[in-house]
Amino acid sequence: MKKTVFIGALTVAGLAAGAAAAGTMDDVKTRGKLNCGVTTGLVGFAAPDASGEWKGFDVAVCRAVAAAVLGDPAAVEFVPTTGKTRFTALASGEVDLLARNTTWTFSRDVDLKFTFTGVNYYDGQGFMVPKELGVSSAKDLDGATVCIQTGTTTELNLADFFRANNISYEPVPIETNAEAQQQYLAGACDVYTTDASGLAATRATFENPADHVLLPEIISKEPLGPLVRHGDDEWADIVRWTLYALVAAEEMGISSANVEELSKGTNNPEINRILGTEGNLGEMFGLDAEWAKRAIMAGGNYGEVFATNIGENTPIGLARGLNAQWKDGGLQYAPPFR
Amino acid sequence: MSGVHAHTVAYVRDTMLDQKEPPSTSVGAIGWARQNLFSGWFNTILTIIVLGLVAFVLGNILPWIFSPTWNAASLSECREILAAAGSVSDHGTSGACWGVINERWVQLLFGFYPSHLYWRPILALVLLCVALAPILFASSVPAKLIYFSALYPFIFPWLLWGGTVWGPLAALAGVVIGYVVYSVLSERVNALLGLIVGVAAALIWWFVLSGYVVDGLSSILPIGLETVESRNFGGFMLSITIGVVAIACSLPLGIVLALGRQSDLMIVKYLCVGFIEFIRGVPLITLLFVASTLLNIFMPPGTNFDIILRVMIMATLFSSAYMAEVIRGGLAALPKGQYEGADSLGLDYWQAQRLVIMPQALKISIPGIVSTFIGMFKDTTLVSIIGLLDPLGLSNAIRADANWNGIVWELYGFIALLFFVICFAMSRYSMYLERRLRTDRR
Repeated sequence: MKKTVFIGALTVAGLAAGAAAAGTMDDVKTRGKLNCGVTTGLVGFAAPDASGEWKGFDVAVCRAVAAAVLGDPAAVEFVPTTGKTRFTALASGEVDLLARNTTWTFSRDVDLKFTFTGVNYYDGQGFMVPKELGVSSAKDLDGATVCIQTGTTTELNLADFFRANNISYEPVPIETNAEAQQQYLAGACDVYTTDASGLAATRATFENPADHVLLPEIISKEPLGPLVRHGDDEWADIVRWTLYALVAAEEMGISSANVEELSKGTNNPEINRILGTEGNLGEMFGLDAEWAKRAIMAGGNYGEVFATNIGENTPIGLARGLNAQWKDGGLQYAPPFR
Repeated sequence: MSGVHAHTVAYVRDTMLDQKEPPSTSVGAIGWARQNLFSGWFNTILTIIVLGLVAFVLGNILPWIFSPTWNAASLSECREILAAAGSVSDHGTSGACWGVINERWVQLLFGFYPSHLYWRPILALVLLCVALAPILFASSVPAKLIYFSALYPFIFPWLLWGGTVWGPLAALAGVVIGYVVYSVLSERVNALLGLIVGVAAALIWWFVLSGYVVDGLSSILPIGLETVESRNFGGFMLSITIGVVAIACSLPLGIVLALGRQSDLMIVKYLCVGFIEFIRGVPLITLLFVASTLLNIFMPPGTNFDIILRVMIMATLFSSAYMAEVIRGGLAALPKGQYEGADSLGLDYWQAQRLVIMPQALKISIPGIVSTFIGMFKDTTLVSIIGLLDPLGLSNAIRADANWNGIVWELYGFIALLFFVICFAMSRYSMYLERRLRTDRR
């Protein structure tokens, strides 16, 4: 009985194959829901709250896209994916969009055939040490024991860094961040290394965060961004420009508080073009004129999303740093809406 | 001799002495302790050491467990409460942060199931107990209840996933159609042809015709429950759903495989051997990865083959291979005389299996079968690795909430407690069943 269900499903799948060739946007619109791949849980980036509603920095990207395409930020089906299942979930079409703090690398872009549609968070690998160790630079860490998550790029970056500086270390392999916290606090390792955002979130949970310092060295580039499948450029454009709309909105001073008022028309033509009172930008990729307005209303502009989920007033307390607007010395730079 | 004695002794007692109370040191708590804990100096020393250890462990754990943090809304609030209560050690505050369980226990039980529909999984669980009663406690419930047990496999998915009532009814109709075709043909022609045509008729009904009939009926009479998508399943509900399906399906499959492995028909035998050895040679986690990622690549894009159904199939196949070997052990333990005795009574193969062999073989295998069940149920936690939010997956998701990041033992403790309750119940039931059936063949 079970086997026949399986074979039957395969047959049905074969019949349906011809019909599934339409664009992702049409699929999303017919379905009425955006399938968005997120992590199974990462502080600040994606986590379900007590009532099961997903929240976080990556989740906000999903909601903005759903608001732009479907008109409803709640029309998202969140698909939790692990580091191992995320790429197959996207490649097989189980999700339309993967917003799962995934580092943009050459091989993922080219070899795995995905299109990264921008960077919503510029991260980098850092080190955390107890203050009492008296270390002020990662180069002083000769002979240290290091807690490191196995099977990640952080492991390789760490080896590269120590080799380049001609110092030695002893790795303490750990599986999850929760385990790392326990090991580090128990003194099983002198140093904990992972993405700087993760270190900050981890340190925030300690009873005495001030007893631990993040070293100034950032030893890798980790541009994290949403990605889609190769070969559907219309869909990639929608995701890319939704993200840019949030960034541009912050630059132009459009926020969830004033978007309603600004969309009545302003003297700034670019604001008008973004909000759809001038030009026909939405129409060009098959959406209506107010797509960006809805995306901004979903969770606010980029700065607001940052502040609510991971910013300095949250327990995680990340500074904008590289993720500030280009005008403020950061890397967030939206091309012109024209 | 005795006469002489009688004359030389001044007093002879001619009634029995009343029984005296045993000395207080050999009865009651003291007697028990002397007998079991302090019999001899070596045991006394061991007892004292062990008591000291137990006291030490409890002395450390109990204050941790009994911490007044049930209403805290975040880890930092827990710490404030503990600091105010004065339970501070040199590593900072010490004590459990139960606020996380208070806030999330419903989520750990039901996952993302819509909260206004919680009655459905609860009802499904209650009905499961009712349906199991005639199977587990056959002697103490009305025999007619077995009909409900037969219907339950159709009620269970309908309650959990919802949808139109015609779906499970159509699935039930398939069974009826298959049975009618079988019984008509086996009377008129022969049993084998009846079986083949019956199964074919049921399959045609399920995969071709029932779809239209269900669509038609539900457009005329739209009776049904609100649909709940598999993605919203999570927590213990997910574990129990996968576990119950895998357990219920693996026993019959395992029996068939065990019989197939002992069969004289070469193709059947080697198919069964190949299946069993392949499945047992591959870790469950590999099968789960096949279910979650490989099948996705094989199937054309846009196919929606429910992930939980895929996982259930894999879990069922996995445990049925183990079940087959456990039952084969039971079959091998039966003396040859039982097989020959059944043959000499003129029973055919199926009658012999049903009336003589299987009841004894299954009785012998009970401990092994229940071990496989318990192992299967605990293995369901592996699904967290493929991104399904079972209790362990949810514990990670809960830690990703900035309020609860850093909480480990409380969540794992709660999950462990629930798993223990279920597994311990299964184990006790198996002991009850063994006692009742007396498998030691005295």
